[in-house]
Amino acid sequence: MTAASLLQAIKDRFPLATRACHSYRGDATVVIGREFLLEVARTLKTDPAFQMNFLMDMTAVDFSAFGSKASPAFFSSSGVSVKASPQIPDPDPWLGPPGPERFVVVYHFFSLALKHRLRLEVPVDEADAEVDSLTSLWACANWLEREVWDMFGIRFRGHPSLKRILMYEEFVGHPLRKDYPVNKRQPLIGPVN
Amino acid sequence: MFGEGFLTSRLEEALGWARKYSIFQYPFVTACCGMEYMATACAHYDVDRFGAGLPRFSPRQADVLFVVGTISHKMAPVMKRIYDQMAEPKWVVAFGVCTCTGGFYDNYATVMGIDTIIPVDVYIPGCPPRPEYVLDGLLKLQAKIQAEHATGRRPPSPDGFGGASPAPEMRPEVE
Repeated sequence: MTAASLLQAIKDRFPLATRACHSYRGDATVVIGREFLLEVARTLKTDPAFQMNFLMDMTAVDFSAFGSKASPAFFSSSGVSVKASPQIPDPDPWLGPPGPERFVVVYHFFSLALKHRLRLEVPVDEADAEVDSLTSLWACANWLEREVWDMFGIRFRGHPSLKRILMYEEFVGHPLRKDYPVNKRQPLIGPVN
Repeated sequence: MFGEGFLTSRLEEALGWARKYSIFQYPFVTACCGMEYMATACAHYDVDRFGAGLPRFSPRQADVLFVVGTISHKMAPVMKRIYDQMAEPKWVVAFGVCTCTGGFYDNYATVMGIDTIIPVDVYIPGCPPRPEYVLDGLLKLQAKIQAEHATGRRPPSPDGFGGASPAPEMRPEVE
């Protein structure tokens, strides 16, 4: 399916779950409420129209510091700054963060049979940062969800063993959260430097 | 006929000579520097010319710990343990800029130079260092081993380098 028809099919199937959808730069993206995640994911995997049998990647985004600081121009460190000219119209502008929530859990699916891709975004609030685990559907979600827990502190309901995967157990905090101090060091041995 | 202490000083020299040409290294390879390490070890650059061609994968059998690649805080206790398990006399080579200073990593995960954890004898900077650098570092290590006492570690030297610098004829001839 093309990106447009894929989005239309999902919108028709889940009118309640779908909060928004777009195909920025040609990548089909659906934003869904987190209470529908397991249901939508199961349909995406098992329905013959979708057959998303490959969870390529999952990660999360912390939007808490988004827009608070202007990003430097490309190559500004080399002395040559390249900025998008306002005179050149952008026919396909980025829509910005998908919601007011702090985190967004992002899933990338691919169908080996039908050769189409889909990005699923699930906004999550900081106070209750928890979504359903997809380990029952894709076994590879096990380690990916552990990574997201390790880096962002988002819990996954139903995960068989949700523990850190990259950092060590003694590590305090979640280093890819924007409020993790950029200079904070927690060595196991040796000096803090 | 022989002056006082002649025999012991000759023995030390012979021991140092034997040691510097029979370096059994422990390659503690964690990252991309391992590629240059392999290039150095293989036939084209042939580290065996300098008597260091037999890597041991047991710290009990190794003389020199080659720390090759970025060391994360999670990996640091493992490296310290490997170092502790090696028998004296032992030496450490920091291979690549990440092991020397942390390199371009300045984040929550990376050790800012392995010399914050274990003593380092020779630093080989570079990202990654070319095999010529590695051989140069190996020769500096050999000079250091030669200058060392047979019974103890690291005689003091004014330049802080632990003895004589390599003789000119020991320079690698890389075409």
